[in-house]
Amino acid sequence: MSALHFIVFLPLAAAAIAGLSNKMFGSTLPKLVTTGALFVACGLSWPIFIAYLSGAAHEQVVPVFTWITSGDMHVEWALRVDSLTAVMLVVVTSVSALVHLYSWSYMSEDPDQPRFFAYLSLFTFAMLMLVTADNLVQMFFGWEGVGLASYLLIGFWFRKPSANAAAIKAFVVNRVGDLGFMLGIFGTFLVFGTVSIPAILDAAPGMAGSTIGFLGMRLDTMTVLCLLLFVGAMGKSAQLGLHTWLPDAMEGPTPVSALIHAATMVTAGVFMVCRLSPMFETSQVAMNVITFVGAATCLFAATVGTTQTDIKRVIAYSTCSQLGYMFFAAGVGAYGAAMFHLFTHAFFKALLFLGAGSVIHAMHHEQDMRYYGGLRKHIPVTFWTMFAGTLAITGVGIPGLIHGIPAIGFAGFHSKDAIIEAAWAAGYPSAFWVGVGVALLTSFYSWRLVFLTFYGKPRWTQSEHIQHAIHDAHGHDAHGHDDHAHDGHGAHGHDAHHGEEADGTGGYHPHESPWPMLVPLLLLTIGAIAAGYLFHGYFIEAEEGAHFWQGIIAFDAHLMHAMHEVPTWVKLSASAAMVSGLAIAWLAYIRYPAFPAAFASSFSVLYRFLLNKWYFDELYNVLFVRPAFWIGRLLWKGGDEGTIDRFGPNGSAAAVKFGSALAVRLQSGYVYVYAFIMLIGLTAALTWAILL
Amino acid sequence: MIDGLPILSIMLAVPAAAAVACIFAGAAGARWIALLATLVDLVLGGMLWASFDMGPHAAQWQFVEYQPLFGRFAWAMGIDGFALMLILLSVFLMPICILASWKAIEKRVPEYMAAFLVTEILMIGTFAAQDLFLFYIFFEAGLIPMYLIIGIWGGVNRIYASYKFFLYTLLGSVLMLIAMLYMSATAGTTDIPTLMAYDFPAGVQTWLWLAFFASFAVKMPMWPVHTWLPDAHVQAPTAGSVILAGVLLKLGGYGFLRFSLPMFPEASAEWMWLVFALSAVAVVYTSLVALVQSDMKKLIAYSSVAHMAIVTFGLFAFNAQGIEGAMMVMLGHGLVSGALFLCVGVIYDRLHTREIDRYGGLAINMPKYAVLFMLFTMASVGLPGTSNFIGEFLALAGIYQVSTWFALIATTGIILGAAYMLYLYRRVVFGDLTKEDVKAMPDLDGRELVSLGAIAAVVLWMGVYPESFLKPMRPDVTRLIERIERAKPAGDSQPTPGNPEAAKAAHGGEEHGSGHAAPAESHGEAH
Repeated sequence: MSALHFIVFLPLAAAAIAGLSNKMFGSTLPKLVTTGALFVACGLSWPIFIAYLSGAAHEQVVPVFTWITSGDMHVEWALRVDSLTAVMLVVVTSVSALVHLYSWSYMSEDPDQPRFFAYLSLFTFAMLMLVTADNLVQMFFGWEGVGLASYLLIGFWFRKPSANAAAIKAFVVNRVGDLGFMLGIFGTFLVFGTVSIPAILDAAPGMAGSTIGFLGMRLDTMTVLCLLLFVGAMGKSAQLGLHTWLPDAMEGPTPVSALIHAATMVTAGVFMVCRLSPMFETSQVAMNVITFVGAATCLFAATVGTTQTDIKRVIAYSTCSQLGYMFFAAGVGAYGAAMFHLFTHAFFKALLFLGAGSVIHAMHHEQDMRYYGGLRKHIPVTFWTMFAGTLAITGVGIPGLIHGIPAIGFAGFHSKDAIIEAAWAAGYPSAFWVGVGVALLTSFYSWRLVFLTFYGKPRWTQSEHIQHAIHDAHGHDAHGHDDHAHDGHGAHGHDAHHGEEADGTGGYHPHESPWPMLVPLLLLTIGAIAAGYLFHGYFIEAEEGAHFWQGIIAFDAHLMHAMHEVPTWVKLSASAAMVSGLAIAWLAYIRYPAFPAAFASSFSVLYRFLLNKWYFDELYNVLFVRPAFWIGRLLWKGGDEGTIDRFGPNGSAAAVKFGSALAVRLQSGYVYVYAFIMLIGLTAALTWAILL
Repeated sequence: MIDGLPILSIMLAVPAAAAVACIFAGAAGARWIALLATLVDLVLGGMLWASFDMGPHAAQWQFVEYQPLFGRFAWAMGIDGFALMLILLSVFLMPICILASWKAIEKRVPEYMAAFLVTEILMIGTFAAQDLFLFYIFFEAGLIPMYLIIGIWGGVNRIYASYKFFLYTLLGSVLMLIAMLYMSATAGTTDIPTLMAYDFPAGVQTWLWLAFFASFAVKMPMWPVHTWLPDAHVQAPTAGSVILAGVLLKLGGYGFLRFSLPMFPEASAEWMWLVFALSAVAVVYTSLVALVQSDMKKLIAYSSVAHMAIVTFGLFAFNAQGIEGAMMVMLGHGLVSGALFLCVGVIYDRLHTREIDRYGGLAINMPKYAVLFMLFTMASVGLPGTSNFIGEFLALAGIYQVSTWFALIATTGIILGAAYMLYLYRRVVFGDLTKEDVKAMPDLDGRELVSLGAIAAVVLWMGVYPESFLKPMRPDVTRLIERIERAKPAGDSQPTPGNPEAAKAAHGGEEHGSGHAAPAESHGEAH
């Protein structure tokens, strides 16, 4: 038993204990077991990561047992650890452990806490199986396992129809991606005769230039395989076209959004592309497609993010957009930068989501930013941590313009600027410009979120949730009405109520969250501030990076060098975009708060297009969902009943009469007819056999 | 330990004796006799598995019994790995069926139990028979108790359902019997192992193949001869549905495996397009129909047709993954669809309706039920870690090697399957608990928990360590592949060898491409 066994299987064991524990034990035991398991796993993961940072550790594969053997196909259960896995191990276990802790308070009033913690741990197990996979099929196991956990957690509040719809949507849309992933595995097996990742990566360069038959066409082999696998990555990582499930996934509890739909699961697609990077390197077409899809998603999601009013949806679109950054980094060949952004993003995006959870917690489940405002004095810790997260995502820092003085900044500064510079250095000016443009949008929507939430005057009285809370305060009944509410924010005196109505608070007093929620926020803040500066050398610097990655990903040291040689204006462009976005947000939401409404009404077509998320949901509904039901009904009534049965067993009109007459006459007697016919046949056989 | 014991005959004799005893017993007695007899058979099945020789020099046919009767007829029994697995599936599901009928069946209990025990005899007999006509008797007679179970203990429309069932199967049976008569006359033997190695002329094969196909396609059932299945399931009592979906639907697949492929390899290759085309239609067609069903049993029945299409796809892929995958789908589907019908039965027993919309919110008052139903739902959609994933994955991998088009269509089943199963689960188990009569439904009792729990355990076992189930079949798959290799059609992928140097030049020089000679050309055809 190695540490790796414990890291991976402790969460599974904890999930089983929590999930199957009897109600008698209450919810404390399941919470302790799962949270404890995750902190142990996290504690075991960091030393592994540090060993790879120091260059002391090398890739190793710990076999578990045989899974599938069929013909030439051999699939093992095995745990692989190398520098790439080590990065994912610390991301997954750290964020998961903190989210477990956070949920103690956030979910404290939910009657189904054991189920919630069991799902969280089950998710972590599946994610760990995914990142430790040594073959494509085990990766697919983890892939589907996280999909299951995501489905269960999005639909955790299963009484809500919207949560159920979102859960099914997430699962089914992901299955569209899985279709590509599965075909990719089949094709890879057909071409290479193996599903073992190292064996495939070894053989892949030799297959460059090969052609293969696919759907009646003759295409480049590696392009077909890479694009099929990439379809899987698009589904899981919510890339344009298969992204529609991610915003709806916000129906799940906020800690889930932080863990699954920001920090870990949705980055699985990026991880897969990096894991298979030597394979993707053999197809320029595939790389171009990844760059294009990544850049398109990056831009699309950022534009939508600027108009959303639900705090979680803004962050969800932000996640989608940041995933786009990671993909186009991979597409231009800067896998180190893609993984680096994945790493820093995990910290600051988990921080932003958990911060949003803390705001929602304080605002009595109100998620609409239009009803926030002025919260910075009421929940200062949440405010300052989210402020740090915003500095991180928008990429605040001092570019290293003078040789010898290193660049220094918040986490996103190091990773996002690296991606933008890599796009330029690799010769993708269009991707570069998209990257810069989106940096502006990122800065705008992120600061918009902060300004709407924490600055300005309170606009709380318009919120039904807050009204509810105030109302409950009058009746001293803050607890009973909401099965997943938290400690009673409404339970304060109502004497001040009438006096404060004019200031927009309605007499409501938001409270700072308890320590189990604040500790994860503070720890993640450290990551959001320092993760970029501390680790950029290992991830993206030419020499250190090559040393750290050990050839596990297709690390391009030349490109990493070239990133430093880009013109000064290129280096400054991301920061300039960031400052512009901040300035626009400040002007629109602090200086001239009437401007956004005026803008929306004068450009109402554009505004509604963005507000309605480019009408993807409506389009898919018309193209796929409704036709599926319509065709299903047609085939059932028109096909099975109207055609097959009509001309088959029911026969034509006359035969039906005859048939029913026969049926009436025989009632259950035809069984004997049948047996009789069988006997006649056997007699014939008998005669035949005896005569011969 | 059991050398020399005619264990297969004993496995037939035990339920036979119990069936007779049931007739003379009261209702309670009949239940216990049936349960005991099926449990004895389960234990015998376990012994069969434990002592099945899987060594490198193991015989193909084991536990062989041969007793000449008269003329050319003989009591010839014996099993290979395929038969072993299907017998195990039968004896495993049988006690669960008896338990499922424990309270649900109140009229004519002794006859009912006897009918089930006779079904068990005939199922085991079908899988163990080594004589052509012995097989025919078991195969066809197996449906008689099922007619009776549907016709006597079924729902309101039971007469129409069993009439439809009867009409469909009759046609196929007659054609198959004629083909069998011709075969025994031509080859001069009724011994199945001998016939499996006998080479019929290619022209003759075509007609024989079609005659068998008529019978097996109905039993599968394949589109468009599937419409008896939804009606039969809807009208059958719960245990009848379990055995129908669990075992009887596997007779067609077993027939293809035992007869069509080894006896008529050329014809199988010739008609592969037909099987693929019908299966492709079935996957998409029946999945979409399943999506719009409002009756739980109909929905699962239609999903069975879609899953069985993956079986026919895999069987005719002519490679190890396809055939092993098809077998694993058969086993996995047997367990999972059986379990899903039990899940329907559990709530049907409480509310006496199969209307999906009458339920909702069961997760609140039936949490144990919700967990198990979720597990089987996920198994049905082929989630890795469950039995059905192994089968679907291998079968689809096998199809891909033959045709990328058909692989694409077959794989859409994983999307549609997820849609209709999760939609079903959502409407039954999720949502708020508002209906008064639904609120009053109690959670699983011990009997139900044992039945569903046992299946759940095997579903997970098969998903995590399928080697236990693949190993006994492996030598038989190898033999079958060797037998049909000569007729194997070429796949449409046919990758050419890589040319990294040229590719490098075209891309303006990348660092890779030091020339790993990938074994490209051979793989399109090698497996």
